[in-house]
Amino acid sequence: MRHTKRTIALFLATLMMTAALSACSGGKGNETSTQPPAETPNADNNSAEPVMGGDLTVGIAQDLDDSLDPHKMVSAGTREVMFNVFEGLVKPDTAGNLNPAVASDVEISETGDTFTFTLRDDVLFHNGNPVTVKDVNYSLSRVAGLDTGKPLIDEFSAVESIDTPDDKTVVIKLKEPNIEFLASLTAAIIPDGSDPTADMIGTGPFKFVSRSPQDNIILEKFDGYWGTPAYVDKVTYKIIDNAEALIMSLKGGALDLVAHLTSAQVKELGDNFTVAEGTMNLVQAVYLNNNVEPFNNMKVRQALSYAIDRNAIMDYLADGRGTAVGSSMYPAFKKYFRPELVDHYKYDAEKAKQLLADVGYPEGFDMTITVPSNYKPHVETAEVVAQQMKAIGVTVDIQTVDWETWLSEVYQGRNYQSTIIGVDASTMTASAMLKRFTSDSGSNFVNFSDPEYDKVFKEAVACTDDAEQIELYGELQTILTKNAANLYIQDLCDLVAMGNGVKGYEFYPLYVMDMSKVYFTK
Amino acid sequence: MRKTPNYNLIFGCTLTAITVSVIVLGFFWTPFDPDAMSSAEKSMAPSLKHLLGTDNFGRDILSRVMEGAGTTLSIAFLAVSIGATFGTIIGALTGYFGGTADEIIMRINDAITAFPSILLALVAVSITGGGKTNIIIVLGILFIPSFARVVRGEFAKQRDMDYVKNAKLMGVRHTRIMFVHILPNIAPVLLSAVAIGFNNAVLAEASMSFLGVGIRPTESASLGRMLLDSQAYLFSAPWQALSAGCAISILILGFSLISEGASYRPMWRPTTKRRRK
Repeated sequence: MRHTKRTIALFLATLMMTAALSACSGGKGNETSTQPPAETPNADNNSAEPVMGGDLTVGIAQDLDDSLDPHKMVSAGTREVMFNVFEGLVKPDTAGNLNPAVASDVEISETGDTFTFTLRDDVLFHNGNPVTVKDVNYSLSRVAGLDTGKPLIDEFSAVESIDTPDDKTVVIKLKEPNIEFLASLTAAIIPDGSDPTADMIGTGPFKFVSRSPQDNIILEKFDGYWGTPAYVDKVTYKIIDNAEALIMSLKGGALDLVAHLTSAQVKELGDNFTVAEGTMNLVQAVYLNNNVEPFNNMKVRQALSYAIDRNAIMDYLADGRGTAVGSSMYPAFKKYFRPELVDHYKYDAEKAKQLLADVGYPEGFDMTITVPSNYKPHVETAEVVAQQMKAIGVTVDIQTVDWETWLSEVYQGRNYQSTIIGVDASTMTASAMLKRFTSDSGSNFVNFSDPEYDKVFKEAVACTDDAEQIELYGELQTILTKNAANLYIQDLCDLVAMGNGVKGYEFYPLYVMDMSKVYFTK
Repeated sequence: MRKTPNYNLIFGCTLTAITVSVIVLGFFWTPFDPDAMSSAEKSMAPSLKHLLGTDNFGRDILSRVMEGAGTTLSIAFLAVSIGATFGTIIGALTGYFGGTADEIIMRINDAITAFPSILLALVAVSITGGGKTNIIIVLGILFIPSFARVVRGEFAKQRDMDYVKNAKLMGVRHTRIMFVHILPNIAPVLLSAVAIGFNNAVLAEASMSFLGVGIRPTESASLGRMLLDSQAYLFSAPWQALSAGCAISILILGFSLISEGASYRPMWRPTTKRRRK
């Protein structure tokens, strides 16, 4: 009996020993091959007639966690829902233009520091009262914190005064010229003296009905809307935070529309869905810490730029979906986007290798990419980038960290070598994208520093002519690309799937889910 | 008297032997480079070329399972070695000598085991940062209490037995009594604890990688990470999740059967036939 036990023990011990003798890993040899991106299935365009009415059920992944106060909400998930309820003096359209909304007309002074708005006549609040200059004055003073001295939205710290010379006109004066301030005037107009967290009254195409935390948000069509009325009568946002459950509900027909899906999720759905394809309006890149060896050398950064095969990344991640970028501007922002920069560094591994050798790294080097583990696309991109870097002799170590650590260590602490993330804009302005690369910006987490860039940026912000300003912002993008501040990759694709005959979803160049354009076809 | 074979042990050993030989093979040879991506062969169903299909990066799943199981197993082996070694020493000392020190150490032990070990491991790894070495150390330390407890119990039982008293009378040194006289007698219990420890280690490594704090993607393939990555393709490419999941199950099953078989049955157990009335 003892003897058998010993045999077993010996057997087990042998097993463990063999397992322990492990160190080297398997055979190498297969080269990574690349192919042109796969064809993307087209969002169908059959001209089914829109039907008025119907109750739309939309699945969203997260609850409206932060404040529902339209002047305080920051999370993109909250803003894209509340876009349907609140409106500002101006409102963005799908092309990125700012169109008059509560105001019917806007005039910007020659000096670029005075905005004169004429109110639209027939704009009603959801409670039936017409919008007056008093309401506008109250709303904007509240945002700008003219009484408290603390603006609720940072950009409004530029406001010097708000005047209402007559009952149709509002004049906003800024401390310094800044014609881009118009983009901030999408800030919600609410009734005079109201507390928006208690009343939730706006002027949008939908009015707020109810909210059950962690369950749903219900909006109803507002009949007195001044503009093009919505098609559907009611929108229910169901909160389903489990991605698999979200897809299953859509597949089963319990949901009519889900936004922000990945290519893999859409594949799971099958064929009976209308899929609209847009972009996420961010710039995904390998952001390099420009202060750290060897990335403080521009030549190294340029060399690595040639080693990134953007098409292959998009192919792996989303079957070729997504849009390549070459600088810190997302393509949907057509006004400012410079398409000629996209191919400034055309994928060429040999050239990359040569350039690395020229600056003294013929053997390549080791680098670490820190990625937040909760963003799967970025982790996957890191894996592909690691493969591509291997081809030029650079060994990549991917370090996955949780989101909090990423924020404190990488974004705020700037204590990293490189990272992959998507950077977006808080407002629909070019300066929101480009300001972070000025030397003294608090959010310049890549430590990019270029005196020429700082100079041009100052000129651009102060510029009062739109065309000239576009030119200057273009120049800034060119500087970023030429200096290879970061290894620019793409604007990730954003997919919206619609079932039950729902159609009409349109993408905006900012975080918006416009439900007024969505309709049933049966 | 008739002998009934100990099926648990036989099956367990066979299963483990097969998986371990595949894993060992994986250390030297895999059908493809486990890291080689290919956009032309993305998410391909199992075929003759790729026996278990390919994943969303076009990597051969069989090769990755072989590499991943190897990573998992070596982590488990090293972690259990650390846990078993220190656990046995602590358990032997406290169980053999007893007294106040025993009380204090065992209460600390209780306090540690009160937390689910996977939770502690997650916290520890998120502080120290992921990576193979960190996981091994963290898991190893967390396994110490369970081994210490098992060994201590056995030592406490054995220390009052006649053969120990005899040895003491003959003037044998304490360390010799502990590790030469008593230890072999508790081997079956220790062995099953080791097998269970293996199970826990495999699962813990897989869960940590699944939660994204374990093995780094660039380090090597890992079964847990493969499961994590396959989540999005559960219906469109089920072979990804199935391969990694089955590999974990088979590993665990082998060790479970061994621990079951080793704990209370000799290989051939004598049974007496009972007569019905």
